[in-house]
Amino acid sequence: MEKMSRVTTALSSNTISGRTMFCHLDAPANAISVCRDATQVVVAGRNIFKIYGLEEEQFVEKLNLRVGRKPSLNFSCADVMWHQMEENLLATAATNGAVVTWNLGKPSRNKQDQLFTEHKRTVNKVCFHPTEVYMLLSGSQDGFMKCFDLRKKESVSTFSGQSESVRDVQFSMKDYFTFAASFENGNVQLWDIRRPDRYERMFTAHTGPVFCCDWHPDDRGWLATGGRDKMVKVWDMTTNRAKEIYCVQTIASVARVKWRPERKFHLATCSMMVDHNIYVWDIRRPFIPFATFEEHKDVTTGIVWRHQHDPHFLLSGSKDSTLYQHMFKDATRPVDKANPEGLCFGLLGDLAFAAKESLISSDANRKPYPGGDRRYPIFFFKKPDPTEQFAHVSSALSVFETDLDSNRMDWFVKTAQLYLLSGKPFAELCDHNAKVAQELKRPQVSTTWTMLRIMFSDPANLTTPGPNHNLSKLGTLPLMNSFSMKEMGSGMGTESRLERSKGDSRQDNIHLEPGNSHISNNNEENEETEGSDGQAEYMFGDAELDDDDLYSVEHDNQTEEQEYALPQEAFQLRHEIMDNPSAPEHLQQDKADSPHVSGNEAEVTCLTPIESFSLISISQPLYSPHLPASFFCPIVREMLSYYAEQGDVQMAVSVLIVLGDRIRKEIDDLTQEHWYMSYIDLLQRFELWNVSNEVIKLSTCSAITCLNQTSTTLHINCSNCKRPMSNKGWICDRCHQCASVCAVCHHVVKGLFVWCQGCSHGGHLEHMMNWLKSSAHCPAGCGHLCEYT
Amino acid sequence: MLSLTVCLYCHQEHGVEVPRALASGPSALSLQKRCMLKEGPNQDVLIESFLSLGRVDHVTMVMALHPLDGPLPRHWRHYIALMAAARHHCSYLVQQHSTGFLEAGGEESWLSGLEHAPTKLHSLQTLNKLLAHRPWLITQQHIQELVCPGADPRWSLAELIHAVVLMAHAHSLSSFVWGCGLNPEPDHIGGYTFQPPSPSHLPRSPHSPAHEDAMEVEVLMKRMVELQQQQEEECTQEEMVTRFERERSESIPTAVVRGAPPDLVLCLVEEPEFRYEDFAPRGEQAPPTMRAQDYSWEDHGFSLVNRLLPDMGQLLDEKFQVVSNLTYHRMAMHEGVDTHTLRKALWNYIHCLYGIRYDDYDYGSVNVLLERSLKVYVKTMACHPEQTTARVYHAFWRHFRHSEKVHANLIVMEARLQAALLYTLRAITHYMR
Repeated sequence: MEKMSRVTTALSSNTISGRTMFCHLDAPANAISVCRDATQVVVAGRNIFKIYGLEEEQFVEKLNLRVGRKPSLNFSCADVMWHQMEENLLATAATNGAVVTWNLGKPSRNKQDQLFTEHKRTVNKVCFHPTEVYMLLSGSQDGFMKCFDLRKKESVSTFSGQSESVRDVQFSMKDYFTFAASFENGNVQLWDIRRPDRYERMFTAHTGPVFCCDWHPDDRGWLATGGRDKMVKVWDMTTNRAKEIYCVQTIASVARVKWRPERKFHLATCSMMVDHNIYVWDIRRPFIPFATFEEHKDVTTGIVWRHQHDPHFLLSGSKDSTLYQHMFKDATRPVDKANPEGLCFGLLGDLAFAAKESLISSDANRKPYPGGDRRYPIFFFKKPDPTEQFAHVSSALSVFETDLDSNRMDWFVKTAQLYLLSGKPFAELCDHNAKVAQELKRPQVSTTWTMLRIMFSDPANLTTPGPNHNLSKLGTLPLMNSFSMKEMGSGMGTESRLERSKGDSRQDNIHLEPGNSHISNNNEENEETEGSDGQAEYMFGDAELDDDDLYSVEHDNQTEEQEYALPQEAFQLRHEIMDNPSAPEHLQQDKADSPHVSGNEAEVTCLTPIESFSLISISQPLYSPHLPASFFCPIVREMLSYYAEQGDVQMAVSVLIVLGDRIRKEIDDLTQEHWYMSYIDLLQRFELWNVSNEVIKLSTCSAITCLNQTSTTLHINCSNCKRPMSNKGWICDRCHQCASVCAVCHHVVKGLFVWCQGCSHGGHLEHMMNWLKSSAHCPAGCGHLCEYT
Repeated sequence: MLSLTVCLYCHQEHGVEVPRALASGPSALSLQKRCMLKEGPNQDVLIESFLSLGRVDHVTMVMALHPLDGPLPRHWRHYIALMAAARHHCSYLVQQHSTGFLEAGGEESWLSGLEHAPTKLHSLQTLNKLLAHRPWLITQQHIQELVCPGADPRWSLAELIHAVVLMAHAHSLSSFVWGCGLNPEPDHIGGYTFQPPSPSHLPRSPHSPAHEDAMEVEVLMKRMVELQQQQEEECTQEEMVTRFERERSESIPTAVVRGAPPDLVLCLVEEPEFRYEDFAPRGEQAPPTMRAQDYSWEDHGFSLVNRLLPDMGQLLDEKFQVVSNLTYHRMAMHEGVDTHTLRKALWNYIHCLYGIRYDDYDYGSVNVLLERSLKVYVKTMACHPEQTTARVYHAFWRHFRHSEKVHANLIVMEARLQAALLYTLRAITHYMR
C-alpha cells in the first residue's frame, strides 16, 4: 500500500493544480469522496448522487448516478466512499438501511452493482478496506457492523457493538485486520476483522455520541475521534489502555474529522450544527485553529483531502448545496489576528513577556529564563518547518525579575497584616497605622495617616460625651494625663498654635452649636490646612509619641473591658450573631449595628487623645469648631485617587475603611468597588485570607459584601415530609407543615435557627441560649446534654 | 408489576430531577408509594392513587425541567406553562400552574386573560398555537418575528428555547393528564363538564379477560416475533411512502362533541378553533414531511438546545432515553417479551401523525402491531387530548394492565414532545443559518 501510493503521488503530483472554486449542487450534500487519482469527486445526499470532474478552473459534472423516474430510497445516501484501489468502485450507505455498491464500468445507465439490505436501520457509514479490493465494512443505527465480500451476495461477518447506533467505522491504515468503530453512547471499539464474536478493546472516548473517527495516515497508533461534546481527541492506541494524548476543544459538535496529509499534527474538522466553518487544527496548539475555511453558508457535511499526499487541497460539501475546493493558501488564519505578545506581572513584581522569537532574538543581552523550557514547553518545542507556508509557532519568553531587596512586596504583606481597620476609635486606628507605615519605612504613608487623624478627629465630642462608651473609660483618665503632659513637653508649638487657632476659630464658629460632632475643631487642623512643611514634620514626631502611649492605653483597656475578653480557644472568635427576622437582610443590619465600624463610632465616642488634651487645656469655647471635616473631603478624595493610581490600592482601601462614612459619599460607588476588588484580589494572591475577609466584611459596597455570601446557601429538607424546602425556610410547600419549630416556645422560627449537632433539636437562638443557661438538657426532652458555646 | 412501573417511573423522575439541589425528596415519596402499592390488594385503586398522587410528581417534573439558572423568571415559567396547557383545555395543569404562578409572586390579573400579561408573553401566542396543534407549520419567519433585532418585544434565543421547551412540555403533559384521566385535585374547580371516570369505577374487571382477548395477545406477540425475524422484503419506495401516508392520513374518528371548557381556561386561549388537522389523503396536496434522518434529536436538536441552554439539552436527552428504553419485558400475562418492536411502532406512529418519517422504518408494521382501538386512543391523545374519554381508554389492550397503558401513555407524551421540539428547533436552526 505504502509503496503503491507513493507511486501514485509521483504520478499525480504534476497534475494536481487548481484554485479555490465551487459549484452549485441541486440538493444538499451528505457526504463526498474522491477517487484515487484526485481527478474526480462523488457527492451524495438525500436527493443527489453525482460525480464531478476536478478541472483547473471549475467543477464539471461527469455523471449522475441517480437514475429512474422515482429513485428508490436506496439512492438516499448518508455516506459514500470511493474505493482507493479500484477506480470504478463506489459504495453508499442509504438512510433506509441498504448498503449499495456501484460499478462505474457498467455499460448501462444504472450503475448499481450490489445491494445489501441486511441492516434494519439507517446505515451511517461505509468503509472500503485500504488494500483489499473486495472487502467493505458498514456501520448502522441498529448497532451492528457488517463486513461484506463483494464477490458474495451476503455479508461474511456481523459484529455486534452491543449498543445502539454505530456512527463511524474506519479500517486501520496500517494494521490489516483492525478497524475502529465509534458509537452513539460515547464508546469506541477496536475489532479484529477475523473475530466477529467480541471486540478487542473498548473505551469511552466522549460524553454523548462519537460522530467520527480517523486513523492517522502515517502513525499507526493514533486515532482521532470527534464527538457531540465539541471535542476532538487523539488517542494513542499502541499502549495497553487507549491514552488520550491530545484534545482540541471546538465550539460545536464535531461531525467529521480528517487528518491532513503530510502534516503529522494537523487535522480538519467540521460540525453538523450551527457552525458552518471548516477548521484545520494543529493538535499541539488546541486553543486556536491553525486555519479556517469560511465559505459555506450552511453546515458542512463532508470534508476530504483531495489527494492523500497533498496537504494543500481540501474538498467539502455542504447542506447549502455547494461543493467547494479550498486552497490552503486562501485559508483564513485566526492566529494572524490573535495578539502574539503576552505580558504579565508576577505577584512579587516580576514581569514576564512573551513575543515572537524574531522580535526578541536581536536582543543579545537577554538572559533566558531558567525554568522556562520546562514550564512552557509549548512555546518552544516546534521546530521551524521549511515546508510550512505559514509562520511557525515559536515564542520567546523573557522574565524580568525585580531587584531582590528594593522592590519586594514584603511591605504589602506586612502592612496588610498589621494595619488595624476597625475595632478602635478612629484616631487610634490612624495612629496605629501611621506607626506601622513608619516602621516599614514608608514615611509618606505614615504622614498621611497622621494627617487624616488630625483632619477628622473631633475634640468637640468631649463636651457631649456619648453616655454609653465614655463612662466605662473613665478609668483611663489618669493615664491620659500623663500622656498629655508628654505631649505638652514635646514641643512648645502647641501653645502658640492654640493661640492662633483661637483667632481663626473666632471668626468661624459663631453659628456653630457647641458639641456638634460633625465639625472638626482640633486646633491642629488649622496648621494642616496651612500646609507648612516644618509643622508637618513636627506633627510627625508628635504622632510617634502618641503611639507609644496609645499602646500602653490599649493594654490597660484590655484588662478593664471584660466583655471583650472572651476565652480564647483554638478558633477565631466569630462575629456577634444577631437574631434578625429575615436572613438575607441580616448582613446589612449587621453592618449598621456593629460596634466595630469606626465610621459610626466616631460620632458617639470620645477620642481619648483629644480627651486628654482638653483636660489640660483651656476653657471649651476656645476650641470651638471652625472648619468642618467635609472641608477636607476633596483633598482626601484626591489623595486616595493618587494612591490608587500609584498602584497602592492598599492605602486607598484602608483609608476608605477607616474613614468610613466621613469619606464614603465623596467617592462614587464604582470606583470604590474597583478599589475593593483590586485589593481583595491582591490579598488573595498573597493568601492573606483573613485580611481579605475582614476587608470584605468591612466594605460598604453591596457588590463586595455579597462576596462573602457566595456558596453559603444551606439547603434543608422539611423535617416532616423529608422533601427539600424551596422558597421559605420555615414552611414546607408540599406538606404545608411548619418545618422549623422552636423546641422551647413551640412557635415557628423565622430567622436564625440554632440546633444542637448532637440531637438535632433547636429553636430560636435567644430561647435556646436562655434555656441552656439554666438547664443542661435539651429543651425537647430528648435527654441529650446540649451545650451552648 | 405495578410497583415496578412506579419504581421505574421514579427512576425517570430521578433522571429529570438531576439539576435540583436535593433530588432525594420526590423519590422518597414515590418509594413510599411503592411500598404501599406492593402490599395493597386492589391494583385498580392503587393505580388510581398512583396517578392522582403522581400529580405532585408531574408538576415537579415540569418545574424540574427548568434549572434554576434558566433565563426566564419563575412566575413567567408558570405562566407560559399554563398558557400552553390551556390550549388543550387541561384545567388540571392550568390550575396547578396558576397556583405556582401566584406562589412565585405573579400578578393575579394576568390569570384573567392573556391580554393582561405583558406583550412579550402575549407575542408567544402564535408559536404556542402552532406548537400545540400543527408544529410542522412553524417556520423560521415565526422565529424571526420574535428574536430579530427589530422585534418588539424582543426575545433572546435562550429565552425562546426555554419558552419553547416549557410550552412543548406542557402540551405533552396535557396529553398525559388527559390520557390517564387524572382527577381534579380537591382544591381545583371540579365543575367542568368532563370528568373522566377513573379506571376503578369500571363495571368490567380487567382481571378476567375474555377468551378472545387472550387470543388477541397471542396474535400480537406472534406478529412481533415474525416482524423481528422477517428478512426485509424488497419493496419500492413508492410502496414505503404509501404505507407512511396511509398511516398518517388514516381517518381515525376522534371528534367527540365536548362541552366548552371552564372560563378560567377559555380566557387563556386565543383562536380556540385552531386545532390539529388531519392530513389530507395523498394526492390532493403533498403534506409536508420531515425526514428524521435530516433533523434528529440526537444529532441536531440536542446540540442546539445545549448551545443555548446548557443542561437543558442533557436533561431532555436523558428523558428521551429513559422513556425509549423503558421496558418490563412483559405483555399482559406474558413475561420475558422483547417489546422493542411494539414500542418502536408506537413511537414512530406518533411521529408519523406529526409528519416525521423514518426512512429506515416500514410503516406496514404499524398497521400490523397497533390495533385500531389503540390507534384511536393514541391519536386522540397525541392530537386532540382534550377529547380523550374513558371509553377510548378502555377500548384498547383490554387485557393489558393499567400500568402498561400508562407506559404507552408515557411513550406518547415523550414522542409528542420530541416531535414538536424538532420542528421548532429546525426553524431556529434555519433562522440562525
